[in-house]
Amino acid sequence: MSAADERKLLDVRGLTVRFPTPDGVVQAVSDVSFSLSRGETLGVVGESGSGKSVSNLAIMGLLNRSRTTITGEVEFKERNLLTLSNDELRKVRGKEIAMVFQDPFACLHPMYRVGAQIAEAFSAHSDAGKKVAWTRAVELLDRVGIPNARSRARDYPHQFSGGMRQRAMIAMALVHNPAILICDEPTTALDVTVQAQILELIEDVKREFDIGVILVTHDLGVVAETANSVMVMYAGRIMEYGPARDVFAQPQHPYAWGLLDSMPTIDRRLSALVPIEGAPPSLLAPPSGCPFHPRCPYRFEPCPTERPPLVAPAPEAHLDACHLPWDKKVELGAERAKKVAA
Amino acid sequence: MSENGSTANLVEVEHLTKRFAVRQGVFARGKAQVHAVEDISFVVRRGETLGIVGESGCGKSTTARLVLRLLDLTSGTIRFDGHDISKLPQRRLRPLRREMQMIFQDPYASLNPRKTVGQIIGAPFAIHGVKGARTRVQELLETVGLSPEHYNRYPHEFSGGQRQRIGVARALALSPKLIVCDEPVSALDVSIQAQVLNLLRGLQSEFSLTYVFITHDLSVLRQIADRIVVMYLGRIVEIGDSEQIYSAPKHPYTAALLSAVPRAGTDPRERIVLTGDVPSPIAPPPACVFHPRCPRFHKGHCDVEAPQLRELAPHQEAACHYPLERWPMSDAEIRQAEGANRADRPHLEGAAHEA
Repeated sequence: MSAADERKLLDVRGLTVRFPTPDGVVQAVSDVSFSLSRGETLGVVGESGSGKSVSNLAIMGLLNRSRTTITGEVEFKERNLLTLSNDELRKVRGKEIAMVFQDPFACLHPMYRVGAQIAEAFSAHSDAGKKVAWTRAVELLDRVGIPNARSRARDYPHQFSGGMRQRAMIAMALVHNPAILICDEPTTALDVTVQAQILELIEDVKREFDIGVILVTHDLGVVAETANSVMVMYAGRIMEYGPARDVFAQPQHPYAWGLLDSMPTIDRRLSALVPIEGAPPSLLAPPSGCPFHPRCPYRFEPCPTERPPLVAPAPEAHLDACHLPWDKKVELGAERAKKVAA
Repeated sequence: MSENGSTANLVEVEHLTKRFAVRQGVFARGKAQVHAVEDISFVVRRGETLGIVGESGCGKSTTARLVLRLLDLTSGTIRFDGHDISKLPQRRLRPLRREMQMIFQDPYASLNPRKTVGQIIGAPFAIHGVKGARTRVQELLETVGLSPEHYNRYPHEFSGGQRQRIGVARALALSPKLIVCDEPVSALDVSIQAQVLNLLRGLQSEFSLTYVFITHDLSVLRQIADRIVVMYLGRIVEIGDSEQIYSAPKHPYTAALLSAVPRAGTDPRERIVLTGDVPSPIAPPPACVFHPRCPRFHKGHCDVEAPQLRELAPHQEAACHYPLERWPMSDAEIRQAEGANRADRPHLEGAAHEA
């Protein structure tokens, strides 16, 4: 086993999630494969309905199994999480894999003290007494930067600000030193100055505990500043996947170009923003071939009929799912870079 | 001020204050006031986009609603197109309402799901008794990039971006002079955001509209605003030309906001990380409201004397005793402001702050 393999925490292969609905089957996630290592922050970006949250809920086993069809493999510590029973899953969830959600207002019970809720998360996986659990809660609140943690642990959630609640949620996720922390839009509900604090905290925690972080967000800026690797999703599929540096320095997929170009920049005023025309497709009837082809300005013959595989188009490139030949991508990418610089 | 409405300013706001009463304590006996907007003054020039930016609770939306008189003022004056509207009763305000419209944040909540698009966009015509609504509505649909055939459809048949276009069409219906946009693109995906921003920009030049654009997103604001008001805890901390403020902010709060925005560029710049949270507007800090979080805090000055807005560069005013000399500055450089001693600020070290 190589050193890289030893650091590997999670291996997801061919994950597919389908929801039967009265209108037909929604295929929310299609054939998604990726891996996560210790010390890595994987940024998952995409617009609403791209499947970025659903894939993580599936990994956590948080989708109702009687109403969803999940196929593929999620390998964690030599076990396939998708085949575990609910009882076995419960031992993993919150202990070895923990999750931080978007809305810290909805995730804390308003009538219990913050410290008690964190202590409860501890007791769920431990036989230690109440005192130990409370001490652990205070210790973690202190670790995530809540001032006067000993007394603030006795506060109710409404006495905490949004940023402090998100810190408390992170504390709760950390009670059992998980190996993986999944953060689903952790800063979307927060103000920008508080967002900066929380992102810094997640980064600190990752380094200190040597864990892997999956950061789901729609904000490319957040990903650019925090992630080591990036996965761009569209209509339930991975469009582009590679090291963050490369994806931002040399994006390869027309959808990634579109996303980056439509993003308003703070650095200067653009004469016109370049939107992606059209709207994301319905997952009840996703487009044939490449799901992005109806909105893609570079589509050609194979796009509407053949699904492009997720492969590296050249030895020096990272993974993308696009039919365009590599030299064409390089050419278009250079043109784009020129336009951006102008 | 001339009364004929031909001045360069469409809206003039002076010493505007709004306080909300809240009840506190057991049996709600205690009375307190939320200082939502405190003594702010600004103008909106004809044909420009004035951006108002700040974090949640800074009073930006309250300001917008006060300007439209959707809320009553506690004190101050608002002049719209030469008319003092601060105390006009709603009945006399109604004719003026044709001139001022609003676009809301949530395109799902701001359209009545039981009305057709034609009824929604046609409502302003019905209210103001204008004839020939149907053809006008169909023209409007085309103006905002929808199809006239959408007239009989319901809002649920549209995507978020298309719904926001319906909201825009409704605001345009009576050819207003002023449109207040309250976070109009915050609920939209980034690829759709750009479509709506381009639409708003295009309509502005086509119909010479004046916008007041409220947002918390500094990147979006840079793409649309000509001038900017930065608010914090109900006060204006900085006001001026957009380009000026983005290239050389003077107030430490503006600088912190700008530096906190995550960038997709390849060269991340150092953040100025503010400690603590925004204090409660029920008991705002004395003197400079920003002093408990300010990296340039000077004990005995900032917590004693409230800074007034003053011109620090052409077309740029900030309310700060120790404004930034240049930009960009690193966090450490900002903290090294002359005389600012970290020992004076134990509260910054612990990030302690009572809500």
